[in-house]
Formats: sequence, C-alpha cells, structure tokens
Amino acid sequence: MSEKTIERPTTDEAALAKEIEADEKAAARQASLLKDGWADLRKRPMFIVSGLVILLLLALAVVPGLFTARSPFSDGFCQLQNSMTPPTSGHLFGYDVQGCDIYTRTVYGARNSIIVGVVTTIATTLIGGLVGMLAGLIGGWIDAVLSRVTEVFSALPLLVGGLLIMSIWGGGDVWSVSLIMAVLGWPQVFRIMRGEVISNKYNDYVAAARALGAGPGRIAFRHILPNTLAPVIVITTMNLGVYIAAEAALSYLGIGIQYPNISWGLMISDAQDRFLTSPHALLFPAGALSITVLAFIMLGDVVRDAFDPKMR
Amino acid sequence: MADTTEATEPGDATPNVSPLEVADAHSVEEKVAALDAPVERGEPILQVRNLVKHFPLTQGIIVKRHVGAVKAVDGVSFDLYQGETLGIVGESGCGKSTVAKVLMNLEKATAGEVFYKGQDITKLSGRALKAVRRNIQMIFQDPYTSLNPRMTVGDIIGEPFDIHPEVAPKGDRRQRVRELLDVVGLNPEYINRYPHQFSGGQRQRIGIARGLALNPEVIICDEPVSALDVSVQAQVINLMERLQDEFNLSYVFIAHDLSIVRHISDRVGVMYLGRIAEIGSDEQIYEHPTHPYTQALLSAVPVPDPDAREGRERIILTGDVPSPANPPSGCSFRTRCWKAQDKCAEETPLLAVPERFKGLDTPAAHESACHFAEEKDVVHAG
Amino acid sequence: MTIIDQTDAVPAPRDGEDTGPLLDVRDLHVEFHTREGVVRAVNGVNYSVNSGETLAVLGESGSGKSVTAQAIMGILDMPPASIPQGEIRFHGRDMLAMSEEERRKIRGARIAMIFQDALSSLNPVLSVGFQLGEMFRVHQGMSRKDAKAKAVELMDRVKIPAAAARVNDYPHQFSGGMRQRIMIAMALALEPDLIIADEPTTALDVTVQAQVMDLLAELQREYRMGLILITHDLGVVADVADKIAVMYAGRIVETAPVHELYKRPAHPYTRGLLDSIPRLDQKGQELYAIRGLPPNLLKVPRGCAFNPRCDRAQDVCRTDVPPLVQVTEQDGTALPGRASACHFWKETIHG
Repeated sequence: MSEKTIERPTTDEAALAKEIEADEKAAARQASLLKDGWADLRKRPMFIVSGLVILLLLALAVVPGLFTARSPFSDGFCQLQNSMTPPTSGHLFGYDVQGCDIYTRTVYGARNSIIVGVVTTIATTLIGGLVGMLAGLIGGWIDAVLSRVTEVFSALPLLVGGLLIMSIWGGGDVWSVSLIMAVLGWPQVFRIMRGEVISNKYNDYVAAARALGAGPGRIAFRHILPNTLAPVIVITTMNLGVYIAAEAALSYLGIGIQYPNISWGLMISDAQDRFLTSPHALLFPAGALSITVLAFIMLGDVVRDAFDPKMR
Repeated sequence: MADTTEATEPGDATPNVSPLEVADAHSVEEKVAALDAPVERGEPILQVRNLVKHFPLTQGIIVKRHVGAVKAVDGVSFDLYQGETLGIVGESGCGKSTVAKVLMNLEKATAGEVFYKGQDITKLSGRALKAVRRNIQMIFQDPYTSLNPRMTVGDIIGEPFDIHPEVAPKGDRRQRVRELLDVVGLNPEYINRYPHQFSGGQRQRIGIARGLALNPEVIICDEPVSALDVSVQAQVINLMERLQDEFNLSYVFIAHDLSIVRHISDRVGVMYLGRIAEIGSDEQIYEHPTHPYTQALLSAVPVPDPDAREGRERIILTGDVPSPANPPSGCSFRTRCWKAQDKCAEETPLLAVPERFKGLDTPAAHESACHFAEEKDVVHAG
Repeated sequence: MTIIDQTDAVPAPRDGEDTGPLLDVRDLHVEFHTREGVVRAVNGVNYSVNSGETLAVLGESGSGKSVTAQAIMGILDMPPASIPQGEIRFHGRDMLAMSEEERRKIRGARIAMIFQDALSSLNPVLSVGFQLGEMFRVHQGMSRKDAKAKAVELMDRVKIPAAAARVNDYPHQFSGGMRQRIMIAMALALEPDLIIADEPTTALDVTVQAQVMDLLAELQREYRMGLILITHDLGVVADVADKIAVMYAGRIVETAPVHELYKRPAHPYTRGLLDSIPRLDQKGQELYAIRGLPPNLLKVPRGCAFNPRCDRAQDVCRTDVPPLVQVTEQDGTALPGRASACHFWKETIHG
C-alpha cells in the first residue's frame, strides 16, 4: 500500500478544475442571497396580493385626488343635514355624524396612516439600528448602559408613554404621534440589531478581515452590517403594519391624532356610539384599517420566509 | 542592524529555540522596511518566546471581580524556519488554536513575545502592524463561517487589495483575483459567485486564495482540512504543499489529526494544557517519541491497516484532559500518566533535551518536557 | 463491576425464526421530497449483520450511510422522507411491514442507537441517573429505587468513575467522553441484540476516542451483540470491523471482510479513499487525491455515480449502473463476502 501511495500519478489540477467547472455549471443560474430572496418572493401569491394592496394604499396616500373629487378640507364639505345618511350611489360609504362624506375621509385617512407607519418605521430603524450596532460592536460598559436605557423605554406601556408625551408636548398631528411611537418603539429594533451584531462579530470571516488588517469601519459596514440586515428588513416590514394599528389605537383613545386631522382610529371612535343604528360609519374606516394592517403583516410574513435563511 | 541577545540551547541541528536576532529599527519606516526584507531559506522567520495567554474568569456584571484564569497558553516557545512547515498537534483545549490567534494578533498576548524578522509583533501598531498583516496570513478551520456570505468570491479574495492598496493597482485587481482563483484550482469565471454556491472543499480553496492574495511569507493554518470529507482533504493538502513550493511559504500547521500533520510537517510540536510537551523533527516525534503523552497520543490513533490491530501496543489513557482553569501542579500530564511519581507533582519539567540523551547522536535527543523521558516506538507494529 | 443479570422481562437475545442473519436489509430505498426536487438518499442498499459481528458502513457526507441507519431505527421523519421500496428484516421479520406499536417495542429494547453528539441526545434538565433508570421504569416497570440502582450498575459497567456519586449529575457536568459513555450505557440498558453507532467517536479527542471504541468492542464481545458502525474514518474501521460496506451516493459500491478490503480493494472509489489518507507510520511524497467532488444527490451522474471522478471510467460507466456482483479470484473461485459495483472490478482488484 505504501509504495502505491507514492507511485500513484499525482492529481492533474487542470483536470480537477475542469471537473469542478462541470459540477458547478448547474449552480451558475443562482445569484446572490438577496436576489434569491427576491426570486422566491415573486413566486408567492401572498406577496403579490399584499403588494398590490400596499401599492393601492400608497397611491391613495400620495394622490388622493385621483380617487375622490372632493376634498375634506374644502368649505362646505360637511353638511349637517346629511348626518348619518347610509351609503348611496354617489356616496358609496355614506355620511358620518357631522355629515361628512366617509369615502373621501377614508381615502384621505390613508395618507396619515401611511405617513405615521413609514415615519415611525424609519425613525425606529435608524435609531434602534444605529444604537444597537454601536452597543453590539463596542460592548463593555457602553453596551451595558445602552441596554439598561432601552429597558427603561421598553418598560413604558405605549398608552402610558403616549399620555405622558402628549401632556408634555401637546400635538395631535401625524408628526407628534410618530414621535411618540418612535421614542417607545426603537428598543425593539435595538435589541434585534444588537443581538445580530454580537452573533456575527465572532464569526470567522470577521476574524479573517481583522487578520487582513481591516479597520473597525470596514468590519462594521462591509462585514457585519450586511449580515444583520435580513432580520432587520423583516422586522421593519412587519412593524409598518403594527405602527399603523397602534396609531389608530392611540387616536381612538383620544391621545393620538386630533381634529381637524383625519385618522381612521378617530373615525372609528366617533362612529362607535351609533354603531347599532348606523354601522356604515364604523365599518368602512375599520375595514380600511384592517386591510391595511393585514397587508403589511402578510408582507412581513412572506419577506421573512424569503429572507430568513434559517427558515429555508 | 541585528544583535544576538540570547544564548543558544545546546542540541541538534534544528533547535526548537535558536538565537534571537532583534532588529534594530526605530522609526516606522525602518520597521516596515525590516518587515518586508527577505529571509533566507532555513533561517528563523518567526520566533515565539514564552508566549502566555490567560483568559480571565470574572464574576459580576457591573463590577467585575477576578476569580481566576483559563490558562489557554502557558509559556510556549518555538521557532519557525523559512520554507518549513511546523505542525502543532494536541487535543481540544490544549491551546493550539489560541496560539494561532495570538500569532495573528487577533488576541493580545498576556505575556511573552512573537518576533517576526526580529521585531516583536505583539508590540507593533499602525503601519508597522499592517505590514506584518501583509506578511503573515491565516487559513481558518470552518469553510462555512470564514467567508462572508454577503460578499462575492471576487470581493472576498479582492478585499486584501482594498485594505492594502499598495499591493496591486486598482485596475489590476480583478485580474489578480482571477489568477488567484486559477492558482487554487477554481474556475476564474466564478468570480461573481457567492460562497453558498460552493462545496466545503471549494470554499476552503477560496479561503486559501484570500490568504495568498498579499503574497505572505508565513501562513498560519488552523485545522484547515478537519471540516472536509476524506476524499477532499487530500486535494486541499496537495494544494497547500504545491503552493508552499511555488510561493516559498512557511506554514504553522495546527491540527488534531496526527496522520495529516506527519504528512505535511517538517517539524512537529505536541501541546498539552497550554504547553509544548515535546518538539522535534517529524521523524523524532513519530518514530522516537520520548514524552509519555506523545506516545499515548500516537498509539491511540487508529491506523488504517487491519493487520496492525493485533500487533500494535496501545496505550489507553484514563480520564480526561484537566480543565485549563485549574491545571495540575508540576507536570500537567501527571494525572493521566502511568509513569508519574512524586517529583512530577512538585517540579514542572522544562522543555529541553532530556539529560540522558544529551550529547548523544540519537533521534531521541530532542526536546521533551518529561522527568522520565524514554524512547518508545508506538507507531509500528510489534 | 457486575454484569446485569438476565431477567425474564428482558427479551431473550433470540427467539422464533432463528435462521439467517440478525438484521437483513434488502433493496432499501429512501427518498426525501424537497423544494428542489426528489433526493434519492438511499438507492437499493443490501447488507446484513449477524450476532456478535461488526459491520462498518463507510462513506462520506451524503453517501446515505446515516439515512440507512435511521431507516432501520425507524426514526426518519416521514414526510419529507419516504421508503418506496425495500425490506428491513430483523430476526427474519420485515420491520417495515410491522405496526408502529411493534416497532416501538423493538426500538431501544432490541435495536439501540448511539449518536455522534451525546450532549444533544441527552435531556439537559434530567439527571443522567434518571434518564438511565427511565429505560427500566418504562420498559420493565421497575420502581424508582431499583431503577436508580440499575443506573449506577450501568454507569459502573461503562467505567464511569465514582458512578454512585455522579448518578444524580446532569449531562453538562460530564466531559464529552463521559457523555458518550452514558449514551453507550443507555443503549446497553436493555441488552439489545443490535447496536447502531453513528459516528460514535467523531466528536471526541484521539485519546478519548480510543477509550470509547475499546469499551464498545469489549461490551459487544461480552453481550454478543451485532454492531453497525457508521463512520468516515478508515482508521477506526480497520481497528474494529469484521466486514465493511462502502457507500457512495446512496449505493453500496463494495462489500468485503476487513482484511481483504484494505489489502486489495475491488472498487476504484475504495482504492482512492485508501490511497488518499495520510499514514501515521510512513511519510509519503504526495497524497493521491480523488478528483472532483462528492455528487449532489439532486443530480446524481448517469450510469455509475462515481464515473466523473474515476480514473477507469469508460463509456459503459456513463450509461449503465453497475450491479453489485460477486468478486472472485483470477481463477474464478468466489471470494466469500466480497462484492463490487464496478464494471471493471476485475481490473481494479487484479491489476
């Protein structure tokens, strides 16, 4: 056996390369993980349905004028004599207690919901992501202090925090509501980001980059950040829906968006007293809210399935 | 330019520890120049002296109290000669991977020095340290975690050029990456692929290409084939040997597989609980081991030859490796050693040529940290 | 060190149809249905084990060696796995035709399995004494106290020092080698007729690996158990096996008694494997390396699965799947227990 080992012809590296090439050809169709995720997404009916709904919502938010000829802010929009009129052919959703057209208000309500959802999501992702990244990367006492701070924020219930901030700053428009939710919401993103950074920073590829002489900036942005993005993208998508629902809840309870601004939550709140006699005033805004929230949560769900490699 | 500061150990032709030549470089320019100067074949290129790495054990969250230390590496000295492969073997927890990390400056040494071309790299920083990084590279054990999954193969192998732009001008880099892929036996067309599209053996080739990119002189290999299938291991080992000849590399080859280490190494050091138990040429260690731990380790390796199973003497050690947080006094191997006597508990044996073999022209005359060193061939049957 | 006494409750090692081998796997197929397609992990495997015999199943990752073992144990997740074809005869009865109830009685009591990763195979929140004793309580209705005494006895049996003192310890308090001993003790508890050990020492250090393999061999001799050792390590196989089945891409490519296989392999894959491992007792020049990569089970090459990596491959290898045929001497005398699935086995073995 021993002589054989030595005498055997040595491996021909060129043949080997050719061999590997043949074996790899089938894999050539594949592309990056993100592209894989996208390819996977496109095939899912849930993604198409929720995507279409969200596109429609975006259109409502950006150009409400396309969907309704009336403007809720024009003089004479509300006519008290129309109070609580049920749906008619020209006014598909009917009128509310003030005699305002519910369809137009629902269309314009989409804008505020979307703004609150998007602004809050961007704010929480930026703040939570950045602070979480710092805490995870630096570690030590900075991490300990930041973690305690986020615990304080996340210990505050949304409603109590909302009341507190409202009583200090007042407000009642989309921006103040977004601010409240961003302040209370960023610890969630922080925790996810910090955990991801910590679990990634001990990977061998980070050690390999350090061994090459890479500086902290390169390690953070080139190596760690891209590997933490997938879970953050997933939570961000899901949060859009959650924040829209939370805004409605705050407005419903009277500590969110206030008159004269339009909010689905506010519309639901106004309509609830007369639900038994005029259910339409509640059902239409509530339906719009449910569909919106559901669309974003469905989207988050399919995004997670597509992007989270552990789920594959 | 250089002066000798330490006396030579008496002994054989390739001493474990040779005279230290400390480079006389003060400014950064001088240091970088000295680090990039060539070393002749057979001269020491890396000299490790009394290297210690303790990981402190602490209690408490805010106020941390020291309650002890894991003595992962506890006084290791060896030389790596230009163009050779030094194998380091040992079981898990013996500190061999920690040695690799400290040599790469990924962990800070608790004490001791690592001289590369006469400069203590544990004390370098900034540009001088970057020059060291260019010259000492590493191959990792796990081909699945050592490549960034979000980067293409081209970006992974090209990253060294981004960090050390002086090595290759920007326009040449893609071409260099293609050449490197070709050198390690991968198709250069796969430059835009992602790591998950490759098998374990191919990924390890990518890791090797990245290690080669800066034309290093020393490569620290930490278990480079242990995660690979048997049939793929041989491919990677052959590749590493070919690259060593082609690029005049010196390897520190860390592994637990004694057969592979013998195959690739010129000299071998056996580690146990943070110390080197025995070190010598591959023939000295494998054919003429004098340390009981080496003998037990060698005899425990299953030999792929069923005829050998009756004839071979096997030393089956009792018990497990003690915790490096609380190693035994004296000789750390004494708790599992069949030769242990009172002396072993009281006196730590030094790594030196045993008294009885000193001055003799025998392969047993190599460094072994045992009070009762004696030769025993455990590898061959009968 | 006491031997567990034979009680009536423990099934006698053999009963009923006593003819033929202890375990006989015939033409076993296992498929996995995945999103990418059907993975044929096991593709017509035949092997058998007798009492007191050690069969080593040798193969690389993806060869189907572990899947076969899981099919024998009946611990495959079905779906995604399915067994479209084949028989697994234990004491002459096909286990695949048995009811789930019958199989459960065999599992653990008559056929036991030892896994690679002892830490994840033991329940971390129960003491090892409790887990060992559970075998006796559940299968034999023993009292808690008796079961614990049995557990101590078993721990003694697998040479765990200070067994009586450590019986209440939890798995994480033991070292890797000791945990693997506990796994062995658990497998032995009901004195099974057959033990399947799936890479039992891969995760262990060399010196501990030797201890564990020694113990396993000793216990096997004592209880006259059949042992199926699944491994990729040619050294371990040479040390303990009686006969060997080499697997590649879900098929057995060669079977042989242990001495024969190492002396003159009859399949190019086996030969390549033997030549590609470095040896402790000799220093070679360059290793022989099998070129290419183990096959992707989603697209196994046509014909002989090994053909793209084989030095001997001819056109016939790319079209026809070679059957596993009896290997003979040059003069035609059959070599007992030897078979090869290579079109050119004659050339391979006789040069």
